[in-house]
Amino acid sequence: MESILNRYRNITVLVIVLGAQLLLLAYQVKSRQEVPAIRGWAVAAYVPVAKILEGVRSNTLGLLDRYSDLLHAQDRNRNLNREVERLRLENQFLKTELATADRAKALSLFQQRSPSRLLAARVVGMVTGGAREVFIDRGSKDGIQKGMAVITPDGIAGKITAAYSSGAQVLLLTDPSFGAGVISTKSRIHGTVKGQGHGSVLVEYIPNEQPVAVGEWFFTSGDDRVFPKGLPVGRVHLVRPGKMFFQEVFLTPSGLHNGLEEVLVVIEGVHQPVPEQQEVEQPFHTLEPPPMDEPAAPEAQPVTPAGIDTDADEILARYKAARSGAPAPKAVPPDPIPEPAPASPTAPTPAPAQPPRR
Amino acid sequence: MTEFSDHLLGQRGRPRRRRIRPIAFLIAPLFAILFQVYAPRFAWQLGFLELPLLVTVYFALLRREPVTGLLIGCFVGLAQDVLSHNPLGVFGISKTLVGYFAASLSQRVDVENGAVRFMVASFFYFFHQFTFWVLVSSLLSQPFALGFLETLLYGVLNAAVAVPLYALLDRL
Repeated sequence: MESILNRYRNITVLVIVLGAQLLLLAYQVKSRQEVPAIRGWAVAAYVPVAKILEGVRSNTLGLLDRYSDLLHAQDRNRNLNREVERLRLENQFLKTELATADRAKALSLFQQRSPSRLLAARVVGMVTGGAREVFIDRGSKDGIQKGMAVITPDGIAGKITAAYSSGAQVLLLTDPSFGAGVISTKSRIHGTVKGQGHGSVLVEYIPNEQPVAVGEWFFTSGDDRVFPKGLPVGRVHLVRPGKMFFQEVFLTPSGLHNGLEEVLVVIEGVHQPVPEQQEVEQPFHTLEPPPMDEPAAPEAQPVTPAGIDTDADEILARYKAARSGAPAPKAVPPDPIPEPAPASPTAPTPAPAQPPRR
Repeated sequence: MTEFSDHLLGQRGRPRRRRIRPIAFLIAPLFAILFQVYAPRFAWQLGFLELPLLVTVYFALLRREPVTGLLIGCFVGLAQDVLSHNPLGVFGISKTLVGYFAASLSQRVDVENGAVRFMVASFFYFFHQFTFWVLVSSLLSQPFALGFLETLLYGVLNAAVAVPLYALLDRL
């Protein structure tokens, strides 16, 4: 018996297990009742686990949602940054357009007001090789010829060195080979402006004894037969004595200080007067002189005959008297220096130097 | 086979029995049942997965003992019954049979190969569904539609899941 059970152990266990389950099933079907205890235990065991799972799931999903939100926020941030960059570029473009329009308007206004016949041109490139020359988009077919002056509303810019059919080459004012006749506004000193290869230009051939002040303006003199007289060239920012007879006067060229994008070519130049240096006179308030105290302070002025101030005057007076026979007037020595009056706290001070204006 | 043939074949002739960690015995069926209860709540597409069956087949194949296999199937099936609307014993009987026959099969066939595992998993899915249909419709007289194409498709899908799942369980 034992050997039979051992031999059919597997099938025996299967039958027993299946039979037990069938009985359980039959009991449930027959009695139409559940087995509440087992299900209750199962549910009681399952619910805590399900709670944990639900907690893990909700937290994980929440984390994923937050991560997703973060990713979306990063995407949105990236998109917004891209949008900002695009708008910034667009803004810059519009600003440039506006500045271009402003320059074109200023150029047009200057062109209309100037008595010279001017032709507007646009700078389209730099000449290679280190020279301070540019190309403009107007050429000989527009009436441009070599030697014509190139200006901006702020001053002279250069001159045409080569004219081609559709473009021209402009030698800028700052090039060392550039030269033009200039005149100062204040003392009317003539000189020759030369480029230095950098931002400032040098006015040559101004004698050392000629007074040139910093801030003074120089205009074209018309001597060079290229630039019409009366165009602004630049303002003095440095004056120093030269090695020989001429001083060195450095100007800041006015025609180039806003950059060079649009220029005017002087087709037919008309000379204009060089404007006077205008000093700005600001009103300076001074007080009334202080009242004289009694007794009066000793006279400060020496008692001298009228017209005799110096030894030469005295000699001249004696000479005149000798010729006419009258006694010569004697000079009276000046009185000792009177005691100085107490300084007034409201004494006027010298006016500050005013910057010259165009 | 006789003792002589066993002696001649040695250990290579008979498939080796693998040891299973007790924790894996506990965790894997529990996870499978919880997955079947929990996952379709959020992803109804996962409702076709019969993970308790696949786990039962895996442990039965691994243990290569029919008694162990049928007991594993019995416990997994009853646990599944507890959390289902069926009377206790429907899944239990089905999976008891699956465990028994899977373990019996593993005594004769080496089931380490992925293709074999695929075929075994799909076969026992069909067998399980058929048994379940018989029990429900015959014993309980409850309507249960067993669509052929649907069962075939789900069998293939379950087998496709079984192969990587078994590879994962091999590492436990």
